[in-house]
Amino acid sequence: MTHIRVPGLARVEGEGGLEIVTEDGRVTEARLDIYEPPRFFEALLRGRRYTEPPDITARICGICPVAYQMSACRAIEDACGVTVPEPVNALRRLLYCGEWIESHVLHVYLLHAPDFLGYESGIHLARDQPGILERGLRLKKAGNRLMEVIGGRSVHPVNVRVGGFYRAPDPRDLRGLAGELEWARQAALDTVGWVATFGFPDFSRDYEFVSLRDPAGYPIMGNRIVSSRGLDIPAADYDANFTEFQVPHSTALHSVLAGSRTYLVGPMARYSMNSGRLPEAAASAARAAGLGATCDNPFRSIIVRAVELVYACEEALRLIEHYEPPDPPCIDVPPAEAAGYGCTEAPRGLLYHRYRITADGTITDAKIVPPTSQNQRVIEADLREFAAPRLDLPHDRLTWQCEQAVRNYDPCISCSAHFLDLRVLNRTG
Amino acid sequence: MTGKPTLAVWKFASCDGCQLTLLNCEDELLALTDAVQVASFPEASREVVAGPYDLSLVEGSITTPHDAERIRDIRQASRFLVTIGACATSGGIQALRNFSGDLAPLVYATPSYIETLRTSTAIADHVPVDFELRGCPIDRRQLLEVISAYLRGRKPAIRGHSVCIECKRAGITCVMVAHGTPCLGPVTQAGCGALCPSFARGCYGCFGPAETPNTAALSARWRELGAGEGDLVRAFRAFTAGAEPFRKEAEAHDAH
Repeated sequence: MTHIRVPGLARVEGEGGLEIVTEDGRVTEARLDIYEPPRFFEALLRGRRYTEPPDITARICGICPVAYQMSACRAIEDACGVTVPEPVNALRRLLYCGEWIESHVLHVYLLHAPDFLGYESGIHLARDQPGILERGLRLKKAGNRLMEVIGGRSVHPVNVRVGGFYRAPDPRDLRGLAGELEWARQAALDTVGWVATFGFPDFSRDYEFVSLRDPAGYPIMGNRIVSSRGLDIPAADYDANFTEFQVPHSTALHSVLAGSRTYLVGPMARYSMNSGRLPEAAASAARAAGLGATCDNPFRSIIVRAVELVYACEEALRLIEHYEPPDPPCIDVPPAEAAGYGCTEAPRGLLYHRYRITADGTITDAKIVPPTSQNQRVIEADLREFAAPRLDLPHDRLTWQCEQAVRNYDPCISCSAHFLDLRVLNRTG
Repeated sequence: MTGKPTLAVWKFASCDGCQLTLLNCEDELLALTDAVQVASFPEASREVVAGPYDLSLVEGSITTPHDAERIRDIRQASRFLVTIGACATSGGIQALRNFSGDLAPLVYATPSYIETLRTSTAIADHVPVDFELRGCPIDRRQLLEVISAYLRGRKPAIRGHSVCIECKRAGITCVMVAHGTPCLGPVTQAGCGALCPSFARGCYGCFGPAETPNTAALSARWRELGAGEGDLVRAFRAFTAGAEPFRKEAEAHDAH
């Protein structure tokens, strides 16, 4: 019997572990343990004003606060029957590009690449290859800087509100970022070339990919949810198609599609569902790195993240070039007695928010489903299938590779653990 | 082992944003890792060097019985312990649970799967703390100042005055005086760079109470600007709800 146990996973955001138990060469258990203490966000939002979720839910995750702000704004605007004008939408997309850059660089350079190169951390990697990490840090800074100019700061930006922004950034300040973003686009292309040289375990699975679909291009925001097995629904139908439930070894709820299907969200799903929508530079970088139209080897998700990095830099440059300050920076959003639904593509995948508000603007119900909780089942399925044929590897090596298999998903455990659906729990509790 | 001072970073209930702020010191990170040995920083490294540690940075609040124990071990293993961010210094946004009834039976399908405390509390409520760095999130420059200060054996040069002072210094038009926008700046500790007023928005208090805050006078001014009792409760009971002056001011309006 082999027993692989990593009580505290490193280089992930938040607190989790993994455990694999085998008997007679068969994996009998593969668990992603999430013991991050829950923070009850959905309960805490009850009774708050409908204008507060962008600031409050940003605090769910310091790495992807903009994702929470954007899904929250869209859900509340949906409840109030308001659509923001295109210049507001474009500025939101630009802010989101900054977050994709910052978050993807963090994962590619500091959290994931060290696995492929045999280092304990990005800091250890920097001792041997300082130039590589310096490129990563400068690239990360370019994303953070974009968020600072639009949002005031990169962790929990202050400029986002329901209906738009408090103040539209000065076009000169945004254009001032273009030079560094030009550099970043090239550095992102170099990143694709760099990660494509890594060694990848021969491992692939038949996944059901779930992502947003945006007729205008590669999806960052949008209201249709699609899957590689034919799902095509508006955000409002999320609850009718996806079910969350509690398991003993996780403070984050697991999620299935259509009652039982395990699915995958995040860069691999976005890419596999939308690679035809990538602009030429990102698409040709993907081809040169050996990616096809879809990607079903999760270890190669690091290449997909690097390709998305190219896309985010390009898209940011395009949006800056066409930037018109929204005037006014936000529109009025009077409260309405209704429920609203919002989905956006967080760096780690689909992030769903639902709010119910009263006519005077009080929140009576909130539901938030982050990408990492949705990916728990697929991570466990990967662990099971990945470990089984590799049980003869030295224990240390197999343990590290299993950790790497979890890090393929850039799990954000801080995000995932805070969601307990009052509706479901009341029914069963 | 290396002769360098050792730095450890620990996480409790939180969003990771404050420890991310350390990784967001892009220009200084490599110099910092030259100056110190990063002995434990699970978010960034698999390597764990055994304690004791010269400086521990602690993010997050205490919300489980296990964490209430864990922080004692960390205190014991640390020469200096500095708490970083609103969660570690006041209980954070999750301290809103302190003002609700018991949420656990409401929320858990199977409460026996997990143990949580009724409250979310600051690290200093559990162990002695050498310095509290405020902010939701903390400010990058202030973090570097605190680390430098402890490496040099001096007190961090971080002031407890209000956001108004740095807002005036930055030459920002007062949003409350000029536009009648309710602002928590007069009672909130500086450190963010008066960010919200610079975006034509009232401060929402994410750095917690300034030294000797006159919250009652500010509430009176907010009322003149049209705020109701519910607005005042929500304003003070937010990102640093557990900080004493804000907790009391919210309570004063909650009674109505």
